[in-house]
Amino acid sequence: MAKTHTDKAYEAELSSLREQLLEMGGLVEGAIAGSVRAIVERDATLAEQVKVKDRVVNRMEVAIDQSCRRILALRQPAASDLRFITTSLKIVTDLERMGDLAVNIAERAADLAQAPALRPLHDLVKLAELSEAQLKRALDAFVTGDPGEAEEVLRGDDHLDALYLKIFNELLGLMMEDPRSIRRATSLMFVAKHLERFGDHATNLAEMVIFMVRGTDVRHPKSRADE
Amino acid sequence: MSPETAAPPRAKMEARKLEISYGQKVAVKGIDITLPEHQVTALIGPSGCGKSTFLRALNRMNDLIPGASVRGEVLLDGQGVLAGALDVVELRRRVGMVFQKSNPFPKSIFENVAYGLKVAGQRDRAFLDERVERSLKDAALWDEVKDRLGESAFGLSGGQQQRLCIARALAIEPEVLLMDEPASALDPIATAKIEDLIHELKDRYTIAIVTHNMQQAARVSDQTAFFYMGELVEVGPTEQIFTNPREARTEDYVTGKFG
Repeated sequence: MAKTHTDKAYEAELSSLREQLLEMGGLVEGAIAGSVRAIVERDATLAEQVKVKDRVVNRMEVAIDQSCRRILALRQPAASDLRFITTSLKIVTDLERMGDLAVNIAERAADLAQAPALRPLHDLVKLAELSEAQLKRALDAFVTGDPGEAEEVLRGDDHLDALYLKIFNELLGLMMEDPRSIRRATSLMFVAKHLERFGDHATNLAEMVIFMVRGTDVRHPKSRADE
Repeated sequence: MSPETAAPPRAKMEARKLEISYGQKVAVKGIDITLPEHQVTALIGPSGCGKSTFLRALNRMNDLIPGASVRGEVLLDGQGVLAGALDVVELRRRVGMVFQKSNPFPKSIFENVAYGLKVAGQRDRAFLDERVERSLKDAALWDEVKDRLGESAFGLSGGQQQRLCIARALAIEPEVLLMDEPASALDPIATAKIEDLIHELKDRYTIAIVTHNMQQAARVSDQTAFFYMGELVEVGPTEQIFTNPREARTEDYVTGKFG
């Protein structure tokens, strides 16, 4: 059985922090799903709901930062606890940005709903599904403390980037064929970009999970000094 | 020089397969550890883990405990110090000790610091004056006592008495300082002064400190050794012990999951 802290109050504080992070992760999962559905179903009301709910995400960022500072000040966490707190501080920033990206997509939805649909959105939906899956997998890795799952997220990012590029090029082609499509195509390009960025943030989460579990910082492999 | 190419620090003291028993009870079980020169090594672990017993072996203070026996080797500058290989009085001059409960002699401040020198036969007044002043300065106590060197040591505060004991240890010019919970009886400000002093002293001495205060070990030491039930579980750079220890027991201890 996993050992718990002798000080039960401390153990409770750490559990609470973990729960808050997962709650925030859940809200962001809902936000991105909602914003993409708002695009596909041309639902301006749903888009508005996503924007309103983001305020909760923002409040959670502030609250979680506060919890982390409190634990640092009062508990002087060491080893795995220290890694957990410092990665929580970073994870919360990535999650808040992901929430903002969902809002950005929702804003595009309101825009796009006012004009006829440009083209079937299969690829965009596929990109959204991939990005959502990346976040879900990263959060699962965080809960279970499984660096293997986190590594899967890192590997999955190439797939996402490739699909984004495909969508980008198709929309570029559309715009060149028909200038009347430019406004809508540009909106869709932004949406694709936001989804691609969403996926990048999920890989940041995965890198943080690996550090939290193993104590190895795997970020920026191409920027190592000796290369 | 990058960390990868800097030469590793010299071992000032070493223990090899060191085993210490009190009668039948084995208090320290076959450990190997190096004290790097000009570094502070912290010894941490729960009560009864053997860290103080180990510390005392380094200057053979266990010899004073009836029934205590030692096996294995302790080396100072590569030379064995157990079993009469080095004169024990000379050993204790080179490897000084400071205790948890400061124990100033019932003498003046001056006489406390000069005691070791006088016992060694030093009579030259000018020499004693100079050495006492230097030792008190090294122990960060001079400014507070320079105008009352003739007064009783008992008139000093707890923190000052502890620094007096450090000055007394430094007066005979040791090479290694062993400190057994030197600040556990002191308030936070006095503790900070002792920790600051340790930081100053390590340039010229090699220091080993037993402490039950993990945050203190984290603050003052370069290398931390975790003892548990007579075993040396893990020893490594302090930063590594407190951010990513190798052993599960170390991790459990520093995060407070023991017990």
